[in-house]
Amino acid sequence: MKILAFAEQRDNKFKKPAFEVVRTARTIADQTGGEVIALAVGSGIQSVASMLGGYGAQKVLAVEDQRLGLYSSTAYARIVAEVARAQQVNVVMIPATAMGRDLAPRVAVKLDAGLAVDCTALRLENGEIVATRPVYAGKALTDVRVSSEVKVFALRPNVFTAGADDAQAAPVERVTFQFAEHDFATMVKEIKQSSGKIDVAEADIIVTGGRGLKSSENFQMIEQLAEALGGAIGASRAVVDAGWRPHEEQVGQTGKTVSPSLYVAVGVSGAIQHLAGMSSSKYIVAINKDKDAPIFQVATYGIVGDALEIVPALTAEVKKLLGKN
Amino acid sequence: MKLAVCINHVPDTAAKINVGSDGKSIDKSGVTYIINPYDEFAIEECLKLKEKNGGDVIVISLGGDTHKETLRKALAMGVDKAVLLKDDSIRDSFAVARALADYLKELSPDVIFFGKQSVDYDDSAVGLMVAEMLGLPSVAVVVKLEVTDGKAIAEREIEGGQEVVETRLPAVFTAQKGLNEPRYPSLKGIMGAKSKPIEERAASPAQIKVEVLGMQKPPARPVGRIVGTDVSAVPELVRLLHEEAKVI
Ligand SMILES: Cc1cc2nc3c(=O)[nH]c(=O)nc-3n(C[C@H](O)[C@H](O)[C@H](O)COP(=O)(O)OP(=O)(O)OC[C@H]3O[C@@H](n4cnc5c(N)ncnc54)[C@H](O)[C@@H]3O)c2cc1C
Ligand SMILES: Nc1ncnc2c1ncn2[C@@H]1O[C@H](COP(=O)(O)O)[C@@H](O)[C@H]1O
Repeated sequence: MKILAFAEQRDNKFKKPAFEVVRTARTIADQTGGEVIALAVGSGIQSVASMLGGYGAQKVLAVEDQRLGLYSSTAYARIVAEVARAQQVNVVMIPATAMGRDLAPRVAVKLDAGLAVDCTALRLENGEIVATRPVYAGKALTDVRVSSEVKVFALRPNVFTAGADDAQAAPVERVTFQFAEHDFATMVKEIKQSSGKIDVAEADIIVTGGRGLKSSENFQMIEQLAEALGGAIGASRAVVDAGWRPHEEQVGQTGKTVSPSLYVAVGVSGAIQHLAGMSSSKYIVAINKDKDAPIFQVATYGIVGDALEIVPALTAEVKKLLGKN
Repeated sequence: MKLAVCINHVPDTAAKINVGSDGKSIDKSGVTYIINPYDEFAIEECLKLKEKNGGDVIVISLGGDTHKETLRKALAMGVDKAVLLKDDSIRDSFAVARALADYLKELSPDVIFFGKQSVDYDDSAVGLMVAEMLGLPSVAVVVKLEVTDGKAIAEREIEGGQEVVETRLPAVFTAQKGLNEPRYPSLKGIMGAKSKPIEERAASPAQIKVEVLGMQKPPARPVGRIVGTDVSAVPELVRLLHEEAKVI
């Protein structure tokens, strides 16, 4: 199996999901006998691209242009599809990040390929990839097979391991493209960074507050606990709708699906739509004054009690443990 | 301005999902269906664009007769026309996109809106596939949109921020929560929607490229434990997180 792994970068640094995709491609290629080619697209990415060898790429192809530093769906899709065709790969793997989810459907159409989005596991059956992907916001899992000649898989971030087993550098080849103006029919003009916060979708630890916190001011407690843990802040829809928190923090079926190592739910009842977005988290802590709240059904550890008392104590205890006082 | 919105008919987000007897799809008994929540933002945005620039809003849904319910909801919100691309076959995103693209090509709208994703299969693919099939630019996961003189500036959500994207029209957009507040249908709208016609068309046939082999419920989580009932449980909780779970 010949696999093309798209290595996403931002600011000329590969993102963690890029390593996960290259490593997963390697694992599959090892089992079937085959090659992993990584593809890096950007402006100034070529000089760091050889490090993808450490994650299992045999070679790296780099496409460079001043206009490629920021994402352009039209240009990026053309590059991935044309490289896939020129290299005659059977499989294209893309991280299911904001960029990858935007890119993969276009690439699939260009290659007349079936697409499995947001895969959480890949395995081989009779030499073919079977992908597991959650549906209905994780209330069910499906196993799918892509039947087209070329297949595109988008892998959910934070699920596959990225492990670099050695510092082996891969040879980097520059691929040149002639771009026309219409290749840049969409252009990112700027990125507005949310002030230095960790995004819930990328965080390994999340502290989520719900209506049980009683007011937006009390979210300070959640912020302090998240900071002590080095995690991100999440919110239930009730508090987003109340205007206490911005919608990008919402976790759940109509918010973000997350699977961090640790998810702390404070004053969150655990409505089915909320559970759908977070119940694949590795460890779940629930703090709720109602012992019958559904959140306790998915919690690893729970404290039944008043969040307004427990959270500050928890923050202090965490700081003590981590020597942050 | 011609504005088109593709809308899907999906299980209520409050529905419990169980696997059906075929082992490949959900058990539909007792499940109520709703308009896909993200598609409501898409409709609202097109209604606002119409209010500002004039034009017509056309909603399109591909599926069986049950999708008419969702089309009526859109009519009640105030769209001008509803089209059902009638089709009962099993389709993957590619095949859904193909049929929608075939119809949209003929319609040739200035703006085509989708939801960010269907809350059934969670593909977030159909809108972008349609864009590619029609050779149109796209901006997905849009939380803010300004359209002027054949150009659009859209903000789309990415990890840890927003990308500000410029594009030309015609273009495809997919709506994210935060874009607007969908209006509630007025009583007059609801009454009017009952008598408005829904145009029916045959959907173009398409080939499936992704086959579902099986569906399962996710593994149940191991039973957890209540560490305590007040502040005195905090040190024990931190100890468990540190020593047992090893997450802090
Ligand atoms: C189409 C649709 C989509 C939806 N999508 C989402 C989604 O993506 N994400 C989402 O979160 N919701 C979603 N919802 C909403 C969901 O159904 C719930 O309404 C919402 O999750 C409730 O938020 P909550 O837990 O903060 O509030 P509540 O349900 O009001 O729960 C508050 C909890 O706080 C506890 N509490 C109160 N005081 C204290 C205290 N002092 N100390 C400790 N605990 C306390 C209470 O016991 C209670 O359990 C959706 C709903 C619909 C209809
Ligand atoms: N059967 C359908 N009919 C019309 N529009 C659809 C259909 N399925 C999906 N869509 C549109 O495509 C978007 C993304 O769907 P999906 O790719 O399935 O997550 C939805 O929000 C709808 O706008």
